[in-house]
Amino acid sequence: MRRALPLLLPLAGCDTVQSMTGGDGRQGALFNDLFVIFAIVTLVMLALVLTGLIASIFRRHPAKSSVPGENDEARDAPFRPLLIGWVALIATGLLFLTTATYLTDRAMQARAPANRLLEIEITANQWWWDIRYKSSKPWQTIRTANEIHLPVGIPARITLKSNDVIHSFWVPNLAGKQDLIPGRRTDTVLEPKRIGVYRSQCAEFCGAQHAHMALDVTVESWADFNAWRVRQLTPAPAPATPLALAGYNYVTTRECASCHAIAGTPASAQVAPDLTHLASRRSIAAGTFPMTRGHLYAWIADPQGAKPGNNMPVVGLEPNELHSVIAYLETLK
Amino acid sequence: MSSRFRVSLILLAALASAGCEREQRDPRGKPLPEDQSNVAKGDPRDNAYENVSYQLAQGQRLYGWMNCTGCHAHGGGGMGPPLMDEEWRYGGRMEDVVATILNGRPNGMPAFKGRITEQQAWQLAAYVRSLSAQPRQDVLGSRPDKMSTTEPATISEREKVVDETPALPRDEKD
Repeated sequence: MRRALPLLLPLAGCDTVQSMTGGDGRQGALFNDLFVIFAIVTLVMLALVLTGLIASIFRRHPAKSSVPGENDEARDAPFRPLLIGWVALIATGLLFLTTATYLTDRAMQARAPANRLLEIEITANQWWWDIRYKSSKPWQTIRTANEIHLPVGIPARITLKSNDVIHSFWVPNLAGKQDLIPGRRTDTVLEPKRIGVYRSQCAEFCGAQHAHMALDVTVESWADFNAWRVRQLTPAPAPATPLALAGYNYVTTRECASCHAIAGTPASAQVAPDLTHLASRRSIAAGTFPMTRGHLYAWIADPQGAKPGNNMPVVGLEPNELHSVIAYLETLK
Repeated sequence: MSSRFRVSLILLAALASAGCEREQRDPRGKPLPEDQSNVAKGDPRDNAYENVSYQLAQGQRLYGWMNCTGCHAHGGGGMGPPLMDEEWRYGGRMEDVVATILNGRPNGMPAFKGRITEQQAWQLAAYVRSLSAQPRQDVLGSRPDKMSTTEPATISEREKVVDETPALPRDEKD
């Protein structure tokens, strides 16, 4: 038993922020149930087959006849009902699994309710996620990056697009994978059942930094979600300290503003992650670093260090510029 | 199969694997030292940017991102001069194009110094020169990176066109 313990070690990874078996979302739970049904049915059948095989080894053989085929009839007679039962069992089992698969698939495909409470558009880029919370009122549209917040129990309709190559959107805790294909629109529905913090990972190899393309998923209560949404709708606060003001001047007039946008400032380019509420996120650079001051310094000073090949260039900031830029970015809560 | 034949097969495979090395990329874009003795042959950065497909592809990306198309279209020109012919108002060498991008030129070309990094300017210059087929042909991509995207006819569920009159604005509860 003690020797078998290391074999159980991988199971320890099954109950984390990135787990397929948690059943934290409706689709994920449905799929998990189907998996359990399949496991039970196939294991029972395996046990039956093995029992039969082992029994056949220990069965007493009748005396051999010199004429081949003479004893076959008498020997096989008692097994005929068993054989018919076996075929019937296999047919029933396959029919059962097919029906279970069909019903699960229908249940997963079931459309979200008509009231479109929550519509999110996710655009994949090499190697980050561009997020838009859509609304019929343009001033209530939220743009963020590398994080989504979802209210618990409410289905979110998600439209998926790609700007460059094929990516795949996968929140293992909540639902299955869905590809993001350039030139096409695909969609999926996320319906979280449990409040929690989950991690999504690009699930289709998309280039050198495929592994560093994660998405933070926060499932929270409707009240918390609305508070988050209201906060996201506010523009960036004006810099309060002289250092932050210097950073504001740099960020909004120099290289940063050529690609990034910060709502409420002149920086409005759309090709890189939106920075309006950067400091309120949990991670930097699509899940590459946790959001801390030290990691912000490392990322801005040398973006090509931990994530070589990404499209953020080494700007070559002077130390005083770096200090002020970080001081400003940290105010973007 | 004789053992000698097998050995030569293995050697051949080993030889072929030498071609597997990936093109070297320099993601940080360290500026190369300018060798003054070689000035006659041009800036040493010419080769580092112009003859590397990666740099051309990055330049192509930036060409769209920095809205070069706004004036130069996709090389055919518009408000700005065309870039796909062999006429260069301010010189067509890499250094000249980089200088044009970074410092701007009279009558409309804005200066991008401080808006993009020097590395990006060199990548852009390499791509601009590739529009008139200046770099080596084996470096050029055979097609643009970006697809021309129109919505496919296969999408079954389309956004409904709602007939909105000013008197009855559509209102959603959210």
